[in-house]
Amino acid sequence: MGVRINLEVNGESYEREVEPRQLLVYFLREELGLTGTNVGCETSLCGACTILVDGQAIKACTQLAVQADGSSITTIEGLATNGDYHPLQQAFWDCHGLQCGFCTPGMIMAAADLLQRDSSPSETEVRQALKGNLCRCTGYHNIVRSVMTAAEGGS
Amino acid sequence: MGSVIGTSVKRREDPDLITGKGKFTDDLALPGMLHASIVRSPHAHARIRSVDTSRAAAAAGVVAVYTGQDIADSEAGGVVPVGWLLPNLKTPAHPILAVDTVRYVGDGIAVVVAEGRYQARDAAELVAVDYEPLDAAVDAKGATAEGQPQVHEEAPGNVAFDWDLGDKTAVDAAFEGAAHVASIDLRNSRIVPFAIEPRAALASYDPEKGLTLRMTSQNPHVHRLLMSLASIDLPEHKIRVIAPEVGGGFGSKIHHYPDEAIASWCAMRIGRPVKWTATRSETNMTDAHGRDHVTHAEMALDGDGKILGFRVETYAAMGAYLSTFAPCVPTYLHGTLMSGQYDMPAIHIRVIGTFTNTAPVDAVRGAGRPEATFLIERLMDLAALETGLDPTEVRRRNFVPADAFPYQTQVALAYDSGDYETALDKALDKAGYAELRAEQQKRRDAGDSKLLGIGVCAYIEACGIAPSAVVGALGAQAGLYESAKVRVHPTGTVTVFSGSSAHGQGHLTTFAQIVSDRLGVPLENVDVVEGDTGEIPFGMGTYGSRSAAVGGSAIAKSLDKIIAKGAKIAAHLLEASESDLEFADNAWSVKGSPDKSVAWGDVCLQAYLAHNIPEGIEPGLEETTFYDPANFTYPFGTHIGVVEVDSETGEVEILRYIAVDDCGEQINPMIVEGQVHGGIAYGVGQALWEEAVYDDHGQLLTSTLLDYALPKAHQLPSFELDHTITPCPHNPLGVKGIGEAGTIASPATITNAVIDALAPYGVRHLDMPLEPEKLWRAMHSGEDA
Ligand code: FES
Ligand code: FES
Repeated sequence: MGVRINLEVNGESYEREVEPRQLLVYFLREELGLTGTNVGCETSLCGACTILVDGQAIKACTQLAVQADGSSITTIEGLATNGDYHPLQQAFWDCHGLQCGFCTPGMIMAAADLLQRDSSPSETEVRQALKGNLCRCTGYHNIVRSVMTAAEGGS
Repeated sequence: MGSVIGTSVKRREDPDLITGKGKFTDDLALPGMLHASIVRSPHAHARIRSVDTSRAAAAAGVVAVYTGQDIADSEAGGVVPVGWLLPNLKTPAHPILAVDTVRYVGDGIAVVVAEGRYQARDAAELVAVDYEPLDAAVDAKGATAEGQPQVHEEAPGNVAFDWDLGDKTAVDAAFEGAAHVASIDLRNSRIVPFAIEPRAALASYDPEKGLTLRMTSQNPHVHRLLMSLASIDLPEHKIRVIAPEVGGGFGSKIHHYPDEAIASWCAMRIGRPVKWTATRSETNMTDAHGRDHVTHAEMALDGDGKILGFRVETYAAMGAYLSTFAPCVPTYLHGTLMSGQYDMPAIHIRVIGTFTNTAPVDAVRGAGRPEATFLIERLMDLAALETGLDPTEVRRRNFVPADAFPYQTQVALAYDSGDYETALDKALDKAGYAELRAEQQKRRDAGDSKLLGIGVCAYIEACGIAPSAVVGALGAQAGLYESAKVRVHPTGTVTVFSGSSAHGQGHLTTFAQIVSDRLGVPLENVDVVEGDTGEIPFGMGTYGSRSAAVGGSAIAKSLDKIIAKGAKIAAHLLEASESDLEFADNAWSVKGSPDKSVAWGDVCLQAYLAHNIPEGIEPGLEETTFYDPANFTYPFGTHIGVVEVDSETGEVEILRYIAVDDCGEQINPMIVEGQVHGGIAYGVGQALWEEAVYDDHGQLLTSTLLDYALPKAHQLPSFELDHTITPCPHNPLGVKGIGEAGTIASPATITNAVIDALAPYGVRHLDMPLEPEKLWRAMHSGEDA
């Protein structure tokens, strides 16, 4: 009853047999052990599970693992290059963009998607782009600062 | 001593969390691990006629199905107890799985344990429960009315307790001579605490070693104690509770719930690890909710706007069962706060705690203090209307003056230190208050459809509640001290084992700063360990803005002991008198002859070599403190909100939010500011959008994020922060607390601003959440909802 899928995650190729109904987020967490992608709601409303699929931010609880067949995925674990933090990771650290850190991987991935599209967003644009990602700890103030800081550094 | 305190050191927690390496409870897996899913009542109130588990037990992957009866038949205590008692409190038992009656939507009935997460959830749907539905009591006040369904037989009229504080006679007399009376009827809405990480537990059992329970906990020792005392059949020393990374708490992970006990019971019964992780709707249904007060209050003032007396009657919902600290929240964390920042000569408050067929209600960020502040600060605005004074002026006339501390209130508390007027002035200045009022007048004169509102809230918080003997006399079934073991290693590096338990507050960083500052050792030579009953001394955990003031002070005390012992060894090595030594720059030296000194590292090494230490001194350098504060600490501040209400749609936009807070000394200003930001957003959520709504049948209408509206990034402005520093006079660090301040101030700040915007329509009060439709109706039907 399993379905065979091939996909690339953080630059590594995987071939796995999955249950057709398995959500992509649980595939990443439980099959591949990539637990950096968190689950806050399972209903596509909190954004904690945000990852990049073929370069685009999606909520990994809204997709089935089988739908990711043939795609290339980046999770929070794959964002740093050669041990150097991604500018967003660095900025979240520098600007106190996280407290409990549960929303952080999803927040960073959603911000990465934004900065790919727009390298110097305004504060309003940052806030709009992150409205699908909930944070209960920071009041978003320092998250927004982190994203703006990363954008400034990268442009 | 050093300068590490007061510095915005970057958090050492972060590298793991920004790379996905941090392990939250649900990230953990153990060999042979099973998954549990709990069958929950869809009824608010029903009798259980029968439970048929046969189909579920036969389903794919299912290992076991247990009911409340199975737990009742076992050796386990099988209940979750209440940890705070009041006189004549009704304490009906709360079984971890219901046996014959369910009392709220989400009450657990059975548990399915299966090989896979999906298998457990699927099989849970196959458990057939035959219910006899009963009517439900839902409203905090309405539940006490004649003829209402009874939630518990032993609590007639659904009254859990009837408590009062203050001098009723004096208050009645004060009202006799009043020139003005401001009165209000309000409902402080019910909210879901809503940590983004749902509650979770991973229990594993070894008959020899006992139970290891990894769980989403703000206080692992409290969970271990209650688990052992009442829930499962295992002595305390055979239980180890570990809090891995915890994804926010806001109070919801203080309490001892049935679910973690159920997972533990199953792991012991089956002999394999069992994981339970709440779904989002389970979290919304079963995490203890917050607030839910129905209040009538009146304030008497003289002709100059000075407060003469204050009387309050509040019905506070407890929900279906008494959660861990529930009885304390509307009483000792709310009733005792009724003086606010003001010199009130007479106060009386009565609080009636009521059982309702809803989720239990307990401490949620601020816990009682946001409710108190909301009530007082709404009334101060109404007092301004009654007296014709500006809202800031009526506050100013009533402040406890800066030279009146310590200040004894009429409701038990004695404020340690404060300077309320300075904080108000700083906030007014930062806001440009006069210009804002002028702009408001201009818009009003022009009939602008964008109504400008300015809201002011001057709050007091009582945190680090203590000392233990006092809270014990008030009903706490626990002490409220904090522990800290400081272990100095032979090479002079340090590990701190703290009873606090962070879940976002950054203790690994701030506590290391305290050590580095006092000892003069580099930050990187200090590690902090928390959240594991197997490693740390008995600790009370993190809530109530207590960790810096109580947990941090415990560390400071242990460091004092370390320095004192080190001085003895140093004096011995220097052949000097201990009283001639001073400790500075990470060394002991003879006062006046700095070349006669011995370095920190040499003393540490000698403490462990013990080849040459003074007689009567034990080897080693490790000290433990259980710090029991002399008093609460009392942070305070003034917040100002500026909002725009669209008179055509009722939409509210927050234009500016100014916060001036005083939490005493600041260990790490960056973290302090972060706490304020998050706290403000938390309270703004309640003011504008969030509400846990039950219908008349006790159905929770807001169990998912589709119906429960959390604040989002685009709905909030960047906040404008400043502070004053009035040190706490009675703890070694001079610190107060900041975790809840924002949440205590912002519901009143925003509500006052919105009502101020609506003043031209004669609106005097509206209950939270201030949704567009409610505002539109208030403006266009002229009704004072
Ligand atoms: S878990 Fe996917 S959006 Fe919440
Ligand atoms: S940092 Fe805790 S939810 Fe965002």
